[in-house]
Amino acid sequence: MKTTVSRRNFIKGGLAGTVAVTALKESSSQAATFEGYPDGMGVLVDLTRCVGCRSCEAACNQEQKLPPPEKPFDDFSVFDEMMHGQKRRTDETHYTVVNRYDVPGLEHPLFRKIQCNHCQEPACLTSCFVNAYTKTPEGAVIYNPNVCVGCRTCMIACPFYIPTFKYSSAFNPRIMKCIFCYDTRLKDGKPPACVEACPQEALTFGKRNDLIKIGRQRMVETPGKYEDHIYGEHEVGGTAWMYLSSVPFDKVGLDTHLPKEPILNFVKDFLGIVPMVLTIWPALFAGFHLLATRKDWLKNKNDDAHEEE
Amino acid sequence: MRFFSHQRPEIPIVDHIKPDGSQWTIKEKLWLGLSSGDYFKQFFRNPVNWLMIAIFVIGVPLIAQRYIYGLDAVTHGSDDYPWGLFLGFGLFGMVPLSASGFMLGTTCELFGRKDFHPIERLALLNGLLGYFFAVLFLEVDLGMWWRLPYPMFVSLGPAAVLFLVAWHVATYLSVQIAEVLPAFFEWIGWLKGKRVIRKMVLGLTIAGIILSTLHQGALGALFTYAPGKVHPLWFSSNFQWIHFFCSSIFAGLSMVIVSSTLIRNFAGWRCDDHFKNSLDDITVKLGKGCSLAMITYLVIKIVAVAHDQEWDYLLTGWGSYYMLELGIGVILPMFMFAFGVRNNSAGLVRFAAWIAVFGIIWNRLNTALVCFNWQLYQEIPHWKEVWITITIYSLYFLTYRFIVYRLPIVYEWKGEK
Ligand code: SF4
Ligand code: SF4
Ligand code: SF4
Repeated sequence: MKTTVSRRNFIKGGLAGTVAVTALKESSSQAATFEGYPDGMGVLVDLTRCVGCRSCEAACNQEQKLPPPEKPFDDFSVFDEMMHGQKRRTDETHYTVVNRYDVPGLEHPLFRKIQCNHCQEPACLTSCFVNAYTKTPEGAVIYNPNVCVGCRTCMIACPFYIPTFKYSSAFNPRIMKCIFCYDTRLKDGKPPACVEACPQEALTFGKRNDLIKIGRQRMVETPGKYEDHIYGEHEVGGTAWMYLSSVPFDKVGLDTHLPKEPILNFVKDFLGIVPMVLTIWPALFAGFHLLATRKDWLKNKNDDAHEEE
Repeated sequence: MRFFSHQRPEIPIVDHIKPDGSQWTIKEKLWLGLSSGDYFKQFFRNPVNWLMIAIFVIGVPLIAQRYIYGLDAVTHGSDDYPWGLFLGFGLFGMVPLSASGFMLGTTCELFGRKDFHPIERLALLNGLLGYFFAVLFLEVDLGMWWRLPYPMFVSLGPAAVLFLVAWHVATYLSVQIAEVLPAFFEWIGWLKGKRVIRKMVLGLTIAGIILSTLHQGALGALFTYAPGKVHPLWFSSNFQWIHFFCSSIFAGLSMVIVSSTLIRNFAGWRCDDHFKNSLDDITVKLGKGCSLAMITYLVIKIVAVAHDQEWDYLLTGWGSYYMLELGIGVILPMFMFAFGVRNNSAGLVRFAAWIAVFGIIWNRLNTALVCFNWQLYQEIPHWKEVWITITIYSLYFLTYRFIVYRLPIVYEWKGEK
């Protein structure tokens, strides 16, 4: 999104607020036509291979230097933990979690890992008003804690409930979220820690475009094994991390009602009116003012005229 | 304020000059012309102040706790509900209730309706304070509150709706300060400042309209980032901003009606006859504005349901709740406004305004909290979060009262103007 960046510098150059807002529409439509970097990397998560060993959770914890967990990573009782009737989710000490799903009619349970899906057009990125997020050409959606204000709009916007906030810190809070191991691995072309740690090859790292082909291929090679859908290929405009499953995706805790278009499209209606209001309103209301006060004005003029007489 | 007696006809202060010809000092003006002993005597005689003290005794340590130990010491620190009461009430509720400034600014300055003049300053003040305290609520809620100016000067994300809100609320706050300043200049007796602002008034008013249309709408548009999370009945990709903007019109007007009623009843000594005598008439006229805005709002609400084909949802439990909100929060006060206007009954209009204010807060809380994550679970705010919200609101009340008691808001300054 080079253009956004240069526009940002442009505005930094000392333009007034209104101009910044006029730029709003352009840069947003810019973001809307952006379809991800062609060579972006991704990960294909094959739920039929995952055995719920939580090795990825442990690897992530270490790689991202997160605090040691309450229960060790080989304690599987966490699969039964429920909060507010929900299974475990990412939080300020877990960038990724594995959950167990008992699917009726299936003799063994399924396990599903979740982390940031590194969307092609990330809702978190487009909703952030200080540009704390960046989609890198390698495909990662990374976060800059040095500019974040802590408004948590990104958490509102993320359709996968991924970003979490370090509420426990008064002086150094920040958003906590999977960054595709960007700093330590991805930027050197290496697969992320969780992928490397998986003993089952449930996680396949590769170019997003190739992963889609691999997914299709697996469906062809083992007919009937998979649902005929790669979750994440089109969801909210496409994600870099995608999922294959043997059961409908809502059975493994993935939202199947997500729109195919990026979240930003839902905001466009409003963004579209901004320049209109900025340009039309002043003239319109100045006109109203003249109309409404015309009588007074005429009266004053007449009064003056009478006085002169 | 039963304290003002016939023995001291010079208070309440309405002029620079005392009856004996000397000048009131600023300090005397601040003490309302009383000795400090007398001032506190009347202060502690008022039970409302005792209530305030009780709220602050617990609230201030809680706020300190929030700043020392972090947000999760006073809230549930929920990752599913990133926005709680501080924003749900403080930002999304306070801002529409403060639309009064731009509404009456427009009516008086732009449309030249002199009949609304007695209430114009109150409306401007109501707007200014509402915005100011919305920002204060934001400062409690922001994780890195010390970075408030970042979106303006350090790292800009102009493609985000919140960017627009930040810029607009900041500029509009300055516009409103400028609009309220003349009252302050009269009071301290610096007429030059007042004349400068007088020249800018039309520009300020038009700026106010633009900024208000956009940021009132933008607050609604913020929720369009969460299409799957807000219940479809409260969500509309196309109309959300119009809903928020349109409802802010009657919200702002109703809030001025409510606050003018309170001032007339409980601070009658401060109002001049001009204000008191024209208030009923103005109230009814404002009520007319409210009922028109409400019918428009109602129509757009229904259009949104029709446009997104959401009729089925109306038959669910959420649907009943939705209709309850519209019924009590909009339709009921709408009819009351209409009857009040037809029968020229200011009392009925005032009653309707109270309900409308409640309705708008209810709507914003529904959008931000109750119907948010409707497929997950319901977050109930921590009691400390509730208490802090009440504490800051009380501070708003005290500031409001402090200013109305002193500046020429509901009375006309008798000295030079
Ligand atoms: S999954 Fe959520 S946090 Fe990750 S890139 Fe997409 S919107 Fe952002
Ligand atoms: S919390 Fe930080 S990263 Fe998220 S939207 Fe706000 S400023 Fe941006
Ligand atoms: S990609 Fe890296 S940061 Fe993300 S879940 Fe895997 S190990 Fe953690």
